[in-house]
Amino acid sequence: MQNFNLIKAEKGNVTIGETAHSIGRKTENSTQHIKTPAAEKTKIGHIQIKGLKKEYINRRHAARVIGDPDVSGERVTVLDDINLEFQEGEMVCILGPSGCGKSTMLRIIAGFEKATTGQIIIGGKDVAGPSPDHIFVFQQCGLLPWMNVWDNVGLGLRKMQDKIAKEERIREYIELVELSGFEYNHPYELSGGMQRRVELARALAVKPDLLFMDEPFTGLDYLTHLKIREEVVNIHEYIGKTMIMVTHFIEDALVMADRIVVLSERPTRVKMVRKLDFPRPRNIVKDPGLSELRDEVFLMLGVSYVA
Amino acid sequence: MTLFWTKKREIIEIKAGTLLPLITFVAVILIWELTIRISGWSTRVFPTPVTVLQGFYELIRNGTLLKHSVASLYRVTVGFYLAVALGIPLGIIIGQYKPVKMLFNPLIQFLRPISPLAWIPLAMLWFGIGDQPAIFLIFLSSFFSLVVATAIAVESINPIYFQVAANFDFSKSEIVKKIIVPAIIPDVVTALRLTIAIAWLVVVAAEMIAVQSGLGYLILDSRNALRMDYVMVGMIMIGLIGLMLDMIMRRFVILKWQN
Ligand SMILES: Nc1ncnc2c1ncn2[C@@H]1O[C@H](COP(=O)(O)OP(=O)(O)OP(=O)(O)O)[C@@H](O)[C@H]1O
Ligand SMILES: [Mg+2]
Repeated sequence: MQNFNLIKAEKGNVTIGETAHSIGRKTENSTQHIKTPAAEKTKIGHIQIKGLKKEYINRRHAARVIGDPDVSGERVTVLDDINLEFQEGEMVCILGPSGCGKSTMLRIIAGFEKATTGQIIIGGKDVAGPSPDHIFVFQQCGLLPWMNVWDNVGLGLRKMQDKIAKEERIREYIELVELSGFEYNHPYELSGGMQRRVELARALAVKPDLLFMDEPFTGLDYLTHLKIREEVVNIHEYIGKTMIMVTHFIEDALVMADRIVVLSERPTRVKMVRKLDFPRPRNIVKDPGLSELRDEVFLMLGVSYVA
Repeated sequence: MTLFWTKKREIIEIKAGTLLPLITFVAVILIWELTIRISGWSTRVFPTPVTVLQGFYELIRNGTLLKHSVASLYRVTVGFYLAVALGIPLGIIIGQYKPVKMLFNPLIQFLRPISPLAWIPLAMLWFGIGDQPAIFLIFLSSFFSLVVATAIAVESINPIYFQVAANFDFSKSEIVKKIIVPAIIPDVVTALRLTIAIAWLVVVAAEMIAVQSGLGYLILDSRNALRMDYVMVGMIMIGLIGLMLDMIMRRFVILKWQN
């Protein structure tokens, strides 16, 4: 935490060009874009989802052998005509009932899966597949268990020619998530919260244009959850990249998001999109507007919230 | 092997680990001796531990035991390494590409249950008498199991790792080196342990038929000479080497990323 306060304090005196994060491939472009709003459409962190539809075939019977190719069964519409637009640099939180297709939607935006119909446009270009500019933090742990923290964080930097710059970058991001001293530990030697932080560091180290997070806080204890949440908010404020996060925790969405999206039950449609302009740091209990919105979202998800 | 342990409890644990098996072996030898004394069988039919020990001494002194052990080990080593060198890469390919699997899998599944010993007549016809038919049989005994075990190990890798690889723009060879190989090592080591045991079983059988050297040949030759003590020396040597091979395999890889 102190780490961030330090960085933020520094930021006031330092021109953007000199901060550590602006050395990356795309940052020069993005600062340009920020200065010229005319280039709105081609901003690298701008996402447009047009008429997205995803169907799965639901098995009619259990798989008879492993990898049984016979998946005949009825088609189930998971995502049904989703239209959304996210601005460059936004922190977007997606809420919705379990099984409604949040992970599916995120995987499609990140290029891991194909939409049945519809279009995903990121930075003015159609998504063709996964990209090192769009990093995905998985719902289950995506660290490679046979690599130590150092190698995991360096995973996206393999092509960096400059050895010294590469080492510096890895060290910088391990420091950012406050894991200095654990460089040579393997994931199994870390707590769940530390593993999440390593994964965040690995994702951020490549300076991606977009960061996708699928329930990054599940499985953490409450305090760690709150701490990492704060770290993510600080990181977002600091690097200003578009981040899309799926979560089950309505409070997370309200505290973190610039924009929240609430999805319905299957066949899933967008139930609500709301831009949040509440001042930060946010406090749901003290901000009447936020508590009102919380109750509204809870009701929308089928729970009459009792504080 | 206990030299480097510093904590007291661990020394005791390791000592118990060598002591208890030793007790079993001593007990077996005692029962063996007692059985002969009580039953009154001729030592020509059922040699006593002492005669077998004498046999050991004789065979070590005239170099026969070493010669035959080396011959067997050589065949197993060559055949096994051939199977590893071809089987594991093939398994990695089959595990990754469905069409390759469809091409090879039925053939492998068909050939796998045919005992390597059933190949002896053909092996002798093709390769004559000597090391080659035995090596060929060892190869057959290990190859198919290794291919299948490796392919299954590759198929069961958590798909998230491949998504991570795609996300960080891994090349094909990086996927193999940094994802597949490390992920399958635990399963493959287990398969290696199982297959080398089978290879060792097969070499002895093959040597009884196809060649004029090796521990299998020693046993057969001793039987023909009615030297049951030598037969038992051969058997014990097979057991000892089998134990040794398993120990080597077990120490093969120490996985530091698993608890
Ligand atoms: N590979 C697949 N094959 C068939 N159906 C699938 C597949 N993946 C997901 N589904 C179906 O799509 C629906 C949405 O799944 P998804 O994982 O996106 O839900 P989710 O909203 O992320 O749920 P949760 O909040 O529990 O993580 C589920 O009903 C699931 O059965
Ligand atoms: Mg999900």
